[in-house]
Amino acid sequence: MKKVEAIIRPSKIEDVKTSLVEAGIIGMTITDVRGFGRQKGQVETYRGTEFTVEFLSKVKVEVVVEDDKVDTVIAAITGASRTGEIGDGKIFVLPVENVVRIRTSESGTSAI
Amino acid sequence: MVLLQEFHSLMSQIPWSRGGGSALATIDRFRAKTLAGVQNGELRRSGVFLLAAGAGLVPLMAGSAHAALAKTPTDGADTLLMLIGSAMVLLMTPGLAFFYGGFTRAKNVLNTMMMSFICMGLVGVLWVVIGYSLSFGTGFNSPFIGGLEFMWLNGVGGPLGDAPLADGFAISATSFALFQGMFAIITPALISGALVERINFKAWFWFVLLWSLFVYCPMCKMVWGGGFIGPFGSIGALDFAGGTVVHIASGVAALVSAAIVGPRNVWPDRTRPPHNVPFILLGSGLLWFGWFGFNGASYFAAKAAGFSFLTTTTSASAAMLAWCLIEWFKQGKPTAVGAASGAVAGLVGITPAAGFVSMGSSILIGALASVACFTAIQIKSAIKFDDSLDTFTIHGVGGTLGALLTGILAVKEYVPADYFPLSAKILEEGGNFGLFIAQLKAVVFSYLFVGIGTAIIIWIIGATIGLRVSSEDEERGMDIVSHGEEAYEPMTN
Repeated sequence: MKKVEAIIRPSKIEDVKTSLVEAGIIGMTITDVRGFGRQKGQVETYRGTEFTVEFLSKVKVEVVVEDDKVDTVIAAITGASRTGEIGDGKIFVLPVENVVRIRTSESGTSAI
Repeated sequence: MVLLQEFHSLMSQIPWSRGGGSALATIDRFRAKTLAGVQNGELRRSGVFLLAAGAGLVPLMAGSAHAALAKTPTDGADTLLMLIGSAMVLLMTPGLAFFYGGFTRAKNVLNTMMMSFICMGLVGVLWVVIGYSLSFGTGFNSPFIGGLEFMWLNGVGGPLGDAPLADGFAISATSFALFQGMFAIITPALISGALVERINFKAWFWFVLLWSLFVYCPMCKMVWGGGFIGPFGSIGALDFAGGTVVHIASGVAALVSAAIVGPRNVWPDRTRPPHNVPFILLGSGLLWFGWFGFNGASYFAAKAAGFSFLTTTTSASAAMLAWCLIEWFKQGKPTAVGAASGAVAGLVGITPAAGFVSMGSSILIGALASVACFTAIQIKSAIKFDDSLDTFTIHGVGGTLGALLTGILAVKEYVPADYFPLSAKILEEGGNFGLFIAQLKAVVFSYLFVGIGTAIIIWIIGATIGLRVSSEDEERGMDIVSHGEEAYEPMTN
């Protein structure tokens, strides 16, 4: 099992969700996050005083899937969230040791 | 705002109103006589007269020294204008709380808003107990401070509260006292903008109390209460609705107190953008609405108030437009914060002039107020002075500009000699330049008086209570430290 963590533009979350659901993914967790990479921050001006806002709003999407579905998930996310501009985000793939469904105590792939 | 010179000049004509002891003792003597005579039908009438004398209504009953100011019965429409105006001016203080609250960090927003809100409690009581009396009484026979005869609004408006303010004024004395109280509430609240995110709330409480009594009330007396600065005093300056009393006073107090209290720990390198810009827009909208009462109702006459309502809103519109255009050209984008700031700058600028200048001039005043305040804010940022929310750079600078432009732009016909004798005389003899000099003197005098008064109060509080919270508390956030609560609970759901 793998966890796919994608940091994407907040404006793309609906597209990514739809795309993942269409690819057969039945659950996901999202979080509002802030950060920066190559895009760096943006400059905002209030009453003529400039503020550099380093940490920009992003959304983190987390999906846990069986190993053979990882490429499908990555394709679904990149397809839905890519604009081609700096700031599109990143995807991380991590190994997952176990998954437990709290309601039934099932574990392993059947709990995904 | 028109002056209450009658009280002064006419009270002094009544022989028993000055001699023998303090004003309070005099009043008490009247009341004792009155009470003693109530049983006697013959004496009842004179009892009412004596009560009225204690209430400062002697001018109304004894006839006027100014033949031109005729005895007028209370007018319902005019009084209603004052009552609605009072409610509108009161709403400006919560409006200001939102305006200021939007600018601060989320961890300080409640404290910032409370600094304004507390004035509605503290000054609301203070004004009735003694503030009005110090501002509009005549007991001390001084051009700088009123008296004690109207404490607890004793007798103001006569037994039923419906007696007119004075000869030539068709508004009830009670509606005037209420209206003035709303001004007294918002003025110290304005100062808070310079001190937010660092000042100890207890220190702020005492500051508001002392500053209201020893700076605001004398300013009010000097400008509107027939005192030193106004058209019945020595300088003869005009101030329609508070350019000196409210805006220069709060602006200069902000400058001086911010200089003594010192900058926030995060200033200037770690400051953050406003935490809630919609609050700023909400607040400026409420201020604009309330300013119709502030300036508009200061005409004291419902039939003519359309004039000051118009100049007020026109100036605000022009100023908002000007500020947005400046930003558009200079930065490429007009900002929401800029639009809100511009509107407030225009409202401040027109305040001393609202009843004295033409519509065209009101547009000019608004536009120039934005240019002046915008420039002042850039200078403030360049010299790294922490007037945190720009109280001086908007209210001080806008108020000063408005006061000076009132001298240059006042129209003779709008300054009747009956109500503004010295100002009208200056305008007649020296023209607008003469009046400009009078306005300049008033500005300089106000700066010095308010500056020194504020410094003394701040030093006293600094030496006794202490002005600031600790650095750790400042870092932690003023809301939890000063009030034990937070605006936005992080685990709401």
